[in-house]
Amino acid sequence: MRLELKKRPEHSKAMAIASPLIAIALTVAFGAILFAVLGYDPLKALYSYFIEPLTEAWSLEELASKATPLVLIAVGLSVAFLSNTWNIGAEGQYTMGAIFGSIIPVYFWQWDGWMVLPAMMIMGMIGGALYGAIPAFLKTRFGTNEILTSLMLVYVAGFFLDWLVRGPWRDPGGYNFPETRDFSEAAILPPMFGNGAMHWGAVFALVAVVVVAFLLGGTLKGFEVKVLGQAERAGAFAGFSRKKMVYFGFLLSGAFSGLAGIATVSGTVQQLQPSISPGYGFTAIIVAFLGRLNPVGILIAGLMLALTYLGGESAQVTMGISDKVVRVFQGMLLFFVLACDTLILYRISLVSGRSSAGKDDAPRENLVPAEEAV
Amino acid sequence: MTMFEAILLTVITASTPLLLAAIGELVVERSGVLNLGVEGMMVMGAVMGFAGAQWTGNPYAGIVCAVLAGMFMALIFAFVTQTLVANQVASGLALTLLGLGLSGMLGEAFVGQPGIKLPALDIPGISDIPFIGPVFFGQDLLVYLSFALVVAVTWFLFVSRTGLKLRAIGDNHVSAHALGIPVVRYRYLAILFGGACSGLAGAYLSLAYTPQWVENMTAGRGWIALALVVFGSWRPWRVVVGAYLFGAVWISQLHLQALGSGIPSQFLSSLPYIATIVVLVLISSNRRLSLINTPAALGKPFVPER
Repeated sequence: MRLELKKRPEHSKAMAIASPLIAIALTVAFGAILFAVLGYDPLKALYSYFIEPLTEAWSLEELASKATPLVLIAVGLSVAFLSNTWNIGAEGQYTMGAIFGSIIPVYFWQWDGWMVLPAMMIMGMIGGALYGAIPAFLKTRFGTNEILTSLMLVYVAGFFLDWLVRGPWRDPGGYNFPETRDFSEAAILPPMFGNGAMHWGAVFALVAVVVVAFLLGGTLKGFEVKVLGQAERAGAFAGFSRKKMVYFGFLLSGAFSGLAGIATVSGTVQQLQPSISPGYGFTAIIVAFLGRLNPVGILIAGLMLALTYLGGESAQVTMGISDKVVRVFQGMLLFFVLACDTLILYRISLVSGRSSAGKDDAPRENLVPAEEAV
Repeated sequence: MTMFEAILLTVITASTPLLLAAIGELVVERSGVLNLGVEGMMVMGAVMGFAGAQWTGNPYAGIVCAVLAGMFMALIFAFVTQTLVANQVASGLALTLLGLGLSGMLGEAFVGQPGIKLPALDIPGISDIPFIGPVFFGQDLLVYLSFALVVAVTWFLFVSRTGLKLRAIGDNHVSAHALGIPVVRYRYLAILFGGACSGLAGAYLSLAYTPQWVENMTAGRGWIALALVVFGSWRPWRVVVGAYLFGAVWISQLHLQALGSGIPSQFLSSLPYIATIVVLVLISSNRRLSLINTPAALGKPFVPER
């Protein structure tokens, strides 16, 4: 018995919508098995994981504040991924954005006024974009693999942040704790409702979704992204530049990641610490794929992944389940998403007996759309 | 034992996990598959290696567990990328995320527990030779195994007929398929071999390098191993040179931190990662070298049509 793939004549539209849902269903099913193996009542665990966080207003706000960086980073990444540029260092660009944006509240903490926040956000975007420009430069100038360089830079950014908050940026009145001074009132993104967790960064995420949806759907640049991603040679004939596209992908995703970094630090953490992200930059990769690299899909997927973080916290509080389960869920989800995407392009059937492949017909290189090709 | 001997010994311990993981990934990439999940397989090897040693009290049982864990992770990757033809880059990332998550969960009970160290196996006679003896022949099983694997992989890839077929698949899977070579089966086996090697690398970390379990204890070594394969331009002995070079960088920054050089420790800690970037740039700027040796079908999806 083995699985056999048969190419569909065209993409299955139904499967394109169904595949992320199947993936989520499979993740939940495997999650139930996992909980049972760990010795918890699976139904109760799933309830406290996926339903409980949705039952109260404050936790919905918490959900939005966690989805904010995920959606911001993921819509930027989707543009890079669609153009076949592999930026997997968003976590580092997030950190650099947070650091750049924090220059203002750390050095000019007396500065007060409405200009402070916009200046911080712009600095954050610049920081993220500059950090993203490094792998782009190395890729276009030397042909260096951007996957490895952007990932290595994540570690470097982490150590740099650690040095800053333990060294030159440490709060002079902070009893030697590794953190900067608390941001002043003017440097904090205000909550949207009363004293809730949801801050104005959520609006940035929504704007980013709209901007990228317009970019991809209604501009020549968006067309260029998709052409270069799916058929590089065709793009070259049309006069599109691969090198400029690598820069575009990295600068855009870097800027969005940087904005996510400074928005989270300003709105949620309200100072710099050695750890300012529970792996948002990596989880956003999952968000981008679960949303099928589509801005609206990413918005929904971002809320879904934010729910896994919240569910982890709630299951730990109510049932004592380790919060490490969160990352197991996230990893499983990405696998199921990738596996289910096969259904869009292929019909899968179980065939008995051994294959006679390679003996009858000449094989053909299969054409795969951008998000499938490497 | 002189100071120099002591440093050389630590270099070997820092290099061995890199070498083990890189030599496995080299075979995988020679077959035309890019498995970015080395970090995830390695960290699973580390936690299961530690667990196996704890359960049985025997570090060798730990090694077996680590190999099985690495192969189990690799099997998931193989199924998703070979049978379901999913994107290899994204699947590799997924494998790393899953491995880091699973290992964190499984290892929670082991945090802070004293580990069992893999004993050194002196080779009688040779290990008494001054200098060379203790450095090269007073090591543990995994160090010897790393070199045995390099020799075996070199022989396999460049002498054996099966290795020739594997390289043919890596360069052009369509032609190889037309010649009747079972592309997918070869790739499954190559990926499993890569998983076993990553598992060994992880076991080395939790049973020999620092015999304990710490979450994320691989610290990016899996990614450095991937870079080493590029650095070695897909040739085993150049990968050995690269692994030892990086082992030396890793150790020298630790020694500098211990000596208190005045340089902030964070900068020293980021040295191996910066060195990886520098080396990748140097290698890739030599287009001829990288183009000749890169397996031509690396990372490309393949579906056998009938």
